[in-house]
Amino acid sequence: MGTFFQLVVNGLGKGAVYALLALGFVIIFKATEVINFAHGSLVLVGGYITVITVDDLGFVLAAALGIAAAGVAALLIERLLISRARNADDFALALLTIGVDVVIVEDVFRRLGTTVPYLGAPWDAAPITVAGVTLFRTQLVAMIVGLVLISAFFLAFKFTNWGIAMRAQAENREAAALMGIRSSRVTATAWLVAGALAGVAVLFIVTQDFSGTGLSRSTHAIAFAAFPAAVIGGLDSTAGAVVGGIVVGLTQALTEVYVSIPFAKVAVFLVMLLVLVIKPSGLFGTRELKRV
Amino acid sequence: MLRTLGWVALLLVLLALPFYIGPGLLSAGQYVMIGAVGAVGLTLVIGQAGQLSLAHAFFLLVGGTTYAVLAGETEQAGAEFIYGLSLPPSIALIGAVVVTGLFGLAFAPVAGRLSGIYLGLATLALVFLGFYLGQALPMLTGGASSGRVPEPFALFGFEFSNEGYLSVLGLPMRRAERLWYLFLVLTVIAFLLARGAVKSRVGRAWRAVRDNETAAGVMGVNVLRVKAGAFAVSAAYGGLAGVMFVLWLGLLKPDESEFGSFGLNVSIAFLAMVIIGGMGSIPGAVIGALVVFGTPQILTVFASQLGLGSALGGFSPVVISLYVYGIAVIVVVLFEPGGLAAIGRRLSTAASRRTSRPDTNATGATEHRSAPPGKDET
Repeated sequence: MGTFFQLVVNGLGKGAVYALLALGFVIIFKATEVINFAHGSLVLVGGYITVITVDDLGFVLAAALGIAAAGVAALLIERLLISRARNADDFALALLTIGVDVVIVEDVFRRLGTTVPYLGAPWDAAPITVAGVTLFRTQLVAMIVGLVLISAFFLAFKFTNWGIAMRAQAENREAAALMGIRSSRVTATAWLVAGALAGVAVLFIVTQDFSGTGLSRSTHAIAFAAFPAAVIGGLDSTAGAVVGGIVVGLTQALTEVYVSIPFAKVAVFLVMLLVLVIKPSGLFGTRELKRV
Repeated sequence: MLRTLGWVALLLVLLALPFYIGPGLLSAGQYVMIGAVGAVGLTLVIGQAGQLSLAHAFFLLVGGTTYAVLAGETEQAGAEFIYGLSLPPSIALIGAVVVTGLFGLAFAPVAGRLSGIYLGLATLALVFLGFYLGQALPMLTGGASSGRVPEPFALFGFEFSNEGYLSVLGLPMRRAERLWYLFLVLTVIAFLLARGAVKSRVGRAWRAVRDNETAAGVMGVNVLRVKAGAFAVSAAYGGLAGVMFVLWLGLLKPDESEFGSFGLNVSIAFLAMVIIGGMGSIPGAVIGALVVFGTPQILTVFASQLGLGSALGGFSPVVISLYVYGIAVIVVVLFEPGGLAAIGRRLSTAASRRTSRPDTNATGATEHRSAPPGKDET
């Protein structure tokens, strides 16, 4: 029972991180209809900036800088590339982000060279014991941070002008533009927010508690699990992203222990495949209707 | 006419190349041909049938493994007991292509329910499945730590290895030269079959499904069957590329990490070839393979010749080639969604206009029509 409780907490903590990534992914998809294959590289940008500044600035400032850098990187991708390819369809834009991902990933690893640094998060590798059960502190902090950020996002999405503009635009781009919503500003902020969320997520991924490896290609591979998370929930559902993230986190944590660690990597994708076969647009996604 | 002459000239050059270039560049050329076969298959399913597939690396793994199992022997290799059927390598090659095609077909129920990007995301699952199975089935793959050595290819007792001595016109035919000609034949066959499919009823059905599934259905195209078929054909091409890959490397070794010879990075490399060449264009796919697979190999050969090994400061040939194709993909999507094929088409149109030669092309008007973004035909 103790192990199971431990695994569930572990899974929820990981799930919160995947939810942050998937949420960013879904925000981008809602705002620009782009499947952002470069999401993993935003994670790396955030992690890289944190790594190179953490010695001079201390963790809090470095982390803030990393989050900002990931946000700015996303903003630049949108402003410099996506917004300039207006004529391209969503298929081509997805391919564009693949190109971006290849370039950014290579550049980060070329700069890192052979080092595989940890971010030095203050919550890393300091397990705490609650009622006789040892828990990873990283996952607990991730859960709290995830809860706060996700609630903040939903409140903003529901009540602020930005949220309303975003929802209006996701509903009908032209009508929103006619109502005076500045579409470029909405999409730019969407990418900025999504990038910043990826920058937050990396602070938890690159720890000994979460992944057990420093900033490396594994980080990119782990960030890739944001895909199944977003797809499971439904690509255009923000609530779905959170549910999908938690499903992915729990699947990983449970299969790692009850089956095997290699299987845990494929298990989340199998869950995704299963969901896609049963509900092609995810658990909470809008079904695509075809008009003839 | 001019076009046919061009193809013949190219083929003659490729046949003569082993007389002029060393084993390093020959090996690079073989690698490009592996890419070309894979990319031709991928461009059929993506560009012609409009179904995004990111599973190509998985099909490479299936093809390579099937070949190794069919042609190999059952034996105790080091720590692993590996299983093999000891079939003749030529049968193993055909068997590997067929089995991989069947794997593609097995994915059809999923491919039939999904389309476009969603299908692409679903195919991601296959790459990760392959990553797991490669490690979990050492009996077939030899395991991720050591792998297994595939039987060299042989045809009527003639081995494509350093076995025996053979010389043609004073050129000793060693493994590099033999594999070059073997790969050339396989690539030409793959190329011609794909061209045939594109220009026939099959290709028309693919394009009909790509452009509008509902309309295709109304016209009497069995959409599900066409999608499944396109997926199976593309998988079979991936399987052939996989066989060529293990023959080229002389080793089948499943990946130990997500970034390896059958990982997502490989799927993305194949995708890049297709985009750079122009989606749906078969010659384009070959050029794409030259850019994506050729750059690192050729740079490696020249870097070692010039003694630049360590002086590049992190810019290894592989890294440079990743920059090249990453940026090439971005540039193509932004400025020329038809890829290099569209540029070539435009150049040939301009040239034919200048000489005011009447259009004698078999495909007629469609050839010179300006294609819609990202979607062109042959």
